[in-house]
Amino acid sequence: MAMIEIDDLMKRFGAAVAVDHVSFNVDRGEVLGFLGPNGAGKSTTMKMITGFLTPSSGTARVEGFDVQTDPIEVKRRVGYLPEGAPMWSDMTPRGFLTFVAQVRGLRGAKLNERIDIVVAQTQLDSVLEKPIETLSKGFKRRVGLAQALLHDPDVLILDEPTDGLDPNQKHEVRNLIAGMAADKAIIISTHILEEVDAVCTRAIIIADGKVVADETPEELLRRSQRHNAVSVRVGGEMSVARTLLQDLDGVASIETVRANWLVVQSNNGEALVSEIGTALRGIDMPIDEIHVERGNLDDVFRNITSNR
Amino acid sequence: MNNTLIVVRRELSGYFATPVAYVFIVVFLALLGAMTFFVGNFFERGLADLGPFFQFHPWIYILLIPAISMRLWAEERKSGTIEMFLTLPISLTQAVVGKYLAAVFFTAIALALTFPVWITVNILGDPDNGVILAGYIGSLLMAAGFLAIGSFISALTKNQVIAFVVTASLCFVFIASGAPLVLNFFSGWAPQQAVDFIASLSFLTHFSAISKGVVDVTDIAYFASLIAVFLFATALAVARLKGE
Repeated sequence: MAMIEIDDLMKRFGAAVAVDHVSFNVDRGEVLGFLGPNGAGKSTTMKMITGFLTPSSGTARVEGFDVQTDPIEVKRRVGYLPEGAPMWSDMTPRGFLTFVAQVRGLRGAKLNERIDIVVAQTQLDSVLEKPIETLSKGFKRRVGLAQALLHDPDVLILDEPTDGLDPNQKHEVRNLIAGMAADKAIIISTHILEEVDAVCTRAIIIADGKVVADETPEELLRRSQRHNAVSVRVGGEMSVARTLLQDLDGVASIETVRANWLVVQSNNGEALVSEIGTALRGIDMPIDEIHVERGNLDDVFRNITSNR
Repeated sequence: MNNTLIVVRRELSGYFATPVAYVFIVVFLALLGAMTFFVGNFFERGLADLGPFFQFHPWIYILLIPAISMRLWAEERKSGTIEMFLTLPISLTQAVVGKYLAAVFFTAIALALTFPVWITVNILGDPDNGVILAGYIGSLLMAAGFLAIGSFISALTKNQVIAFVVTASLCFVFIASGAPLVLNFFSGWAPQQAVDFIASLSFLTHFSAISKGVVDVTDIAYFASLIAVFLFATALAVARLKGE
């Protein structure tokens, strides 16, 4: 049984359909990157899984508990960071975390131990006694994250967990998520596509409320035009290199990028790196740099979500 | 500790984390004191009771109770914390009742701080403390009734100003339906049963009955059922936010 089962979930706001019959499962060990343009229905889907919004039809199950019939059981099992990490601004992180821990049934020594652990994980010790309203965006987000981790849930649903963090903090949070991934089922929504590459084992792209892609980040990259193209920077005459490579077997197109970079696409998706190297060396053309392009998730994202 | 109590504690500490609580208590005590001594002629009457003190409670509540209740749900909706709150393993009943009870406790604290008036009257004379206790019970029940109304209105809007104004107006209606001004208007032409019915809906009728020292079951039942109805309505209003 999958840890999270999304079963034909649909949400209508008035006449507008925000989430349009979305189904997918998430297993233990998976980190699902939930992508999509603003307003695509990511947050709405997450709000339905966590029991904040009631689906218009369909349902979501967490560890077998239906969010419509057993909302409390679902909420017990899920750690949720809502969009924007809204928190009671006049509380201190310690007060807030204590409240959440109590509601989650933690008491006494266990409560303090768990608070200490999540405070260390999210590096909050310096702000623990300051009112949340005085904290920077990055700290607020980490308090929200700490709150979601308090009861060490098997299911984590994080709506833009790294939004507002600086690059170092983003790195920390990604490491944190990656470190927990093995024994949890995690859904994170994000705009940052490198994050998908960095922490996710799977990515779902939704647009206009519908799932338009559900594959591994690697497979997504493969959809990129640039995937397996070979970029080469030559030290000699560009036009000579270009003419030579054009006639090479399997080359579909050659683009000139910036000053002296050539991007060579093959017609079968294979990287022609050794063929190109051999050919250029054959005419004694110096190769300053050569590498295989992995592809660009941004392009894939744009292609998938705008060609509709 | 039960989740309702955890919510009550968080909410109560929320009141005292900001100046709201202190401002409220000071204004409440000052207004009540001024009314009792200057308008109610507490001393000039020469009677050892708290009649002049309690008679102003309904009117002061109209102004001050909506100021407590307006933030109950409207603020959570405005700031988005309602999402954090309602995705914790707390049932809707626990959430609604917990928030409401915190507001009632807070009002009870403010009310309890009027004890110097009670001490004064005991020093100056020999009042019937049973009647005074009944007055306090009646006053708290009335405040609890207003808070239940306010909780419902607050769950209907994101805007605290709207919540304040609507709650204050509604509280006024609930008070005024027992005032002679309104009853006289009806008594000229409406059947006596109708007039009695309108009067029986009023907080004033039930409050003055209790504060005379007669703690009657019907008066208690009136406030209890009113509170239950409005808390149930609050739960419905909050559930509606989930898109049901």
